[in-house]
Amino acid sequence: MIKQHYQSIVIQTICSLLIPFIQLFALYVIIHGHYGPGGGFQGGVLLAVSIILQRLYLGSKISYQRFSPKLALALAATGLLIYGLAGIIPMIFGGSFLDYGNLPLFWVHDAERRALGILIVEIGIGLAVFGTLVLIFDSLVGERW
Amino acid sequence: MRWLKAFIMLLFVALMLYATSGLPDHADPQAPANTYVTPTYIEDTIKDTHTPNVVTSVLADYRGYDTLGETVVIFTAGLACVLILMKRKSNDKTTLSKHRHSDHM
Repeated sequence: MIKQHYQSIVIQTICSLLIPFIQLFALYVIIHGHYGPGGGFQGGVLLAVSIILQRLYLGSKISYQRFSPKLALALAATGLLIYGLAGIIPMIFGGSFLDYGNLPLFWVHDAERRALGILIVEIGIGLAVFGTLVLIFDSLVGERW
Repeated sequence: MRWLKAFIMLLFVALMLYATSGLPDHADPQAPANTYVTPTYIEDTIKDTHTPNVVTSVLADYRGYDTLGETVVIFTAGLACVLILMKRKSNDKTTLSKHRHSDHM
């Protein structure tokens, strides 16, 4: 059980200042995966770390109201669904499985379409990893929800 | 018996060392692993996917099926954690929790 509402002004201030920047950097890592090190797995882990830090300093009661474990489960499943749809939709439009060149994004060039497909897939991976890691943390803490 | 096991282990070590001598050198450009599909990935990644980072294009595009499997593995691990460790709310009287209580009694 996480202690309810950590009673220290230093910890509260530092954590509440740190969390938005961690989340911003996580988004940067996901989006910038095309051009540098990074991608869905790493960015998803950073997003999960920001939520876990919030769980640690706010206590589980307030933190579950802000970001409930059910939302984490839904996000993880949504991420996997995005990946699966990015695989299946090209099959409907005449390609093979996970062939992003056949995604129905008709306004972009073929190679650009594949880059967009990679971005969609990375976002799906990020959501899945994010939700899954938060879920593992919550189930290990053992709070009722 | 112990000496026999040690002898068999030494035999395996010798076999492995002998097999190592037949491997290509480290980072040898003529090695079969570096001549099969790797040059295609490195040369065609801009033309095919407009993605300068070859790691990303291999991971998410050329070998996308593999990454889908990885994501499914991670999601399944999370689901297994929840199903094993999750505690239900006390007003949620399902048959599963009843069975658990009767086991403890």
